[in-house]
Amino acid sequence: MQERAELLLEIADDELILGWRDSEWTGIAPFLEEDVAFSSIAQNEVGHARALYELAARDLGTTADELAFDRKPEEYRCSELVELRLPEWERTIARHVLYERADAERLARLKESGDEEVAGLAAKIDREEAYHRLHAEMWHERLQDEPRYQAALEELRPLIGRRDGHTPELEEIWAQMTEVRRSVPGATW
Amino acid sequence: MTDANIWEVFRQERKGQAFQHAGSVAAPDEAFAEVYAREQYGRRGESAALWVVPRDQIHPIEDFVDELNRNYHRVDGYPLKQKLKEARERAGTSRAAAGDS
Repeated sequence: MQERAELLLEIADDELILGWRDSEWTGIAPFLEEDVAFSSIAQNEVGHARALYELAARDLGTTADELAFDRKPEEYRCSELVELRLPEWERTIARHVLYERADAERLARLKESGDEEVAGLAAKIDREEAYHRLHAEMWHERLQDEPRYQAALEELRPLIGRRDGHTPELEEIWAQMTEVRRSVPGATW
Repeated sequence: MTDANIWEVFRQERKGQAFQHAGSVAAPDEAFAEVYAREQYGRRGESAALWVVPRDQIHPIEDFVDELNRNYHRVDGYPLKQKLKEARERAGTSRAAAGDS
């Protein structure tokens, strides 16, 4: 596979799976304003994934939907960090903070890329991620002295960028995520 | 949530225009209020600026009295039409008699 498509898929898979995991808080976040804000962040991440898949799909002669939903779990390139189901708010926020910080560095590198399409898309995504970072850092500020939150940061930090395999949780989320599409193979929606 | 957790949000649609009340957000502090206000009232390019104000910092005034019915203080309080009609009747120059159509 081409190097550029590989890189795009890595980021797109991170954003899609994280968007999915974050969306699991819709309707059950700790309070209503946060429900709205976090659901919106989740939806943004899926939107970023779509834009990245579209660019990769052009390179690979396929479509964004096929890349997002028709690959096998082991073909996904996301990091273990985004795969985990985290039903505890402090762990979700710890992941959010770790991811946004790492993603900011990644986007900063991509914006400097000599590839204008990649640099342009990174700049676009980064403008939305600025809101996510604001949100993440405000929660970090509030929870940073909480032992449970600190433990979650320690637990999850090693998983950033770990891509040499997958957790069993990826297979579970993949099964849910692709269920409707697999139910009617070849359908156009 | 108590009033201390409610923040009123005012929105300016374009630079130079007056701010208008947009709604409110519930948030435990200023940082959260800012993020939620941006999220709900500023994310779609609908605002040039926002004011986020703690509700308990607003001094409300609601007890207006007008015991003597001094309606001439108000623009709509002086019904000229009726007075004009009466004056014309007294003078015998109704609109029709004066040749108005």
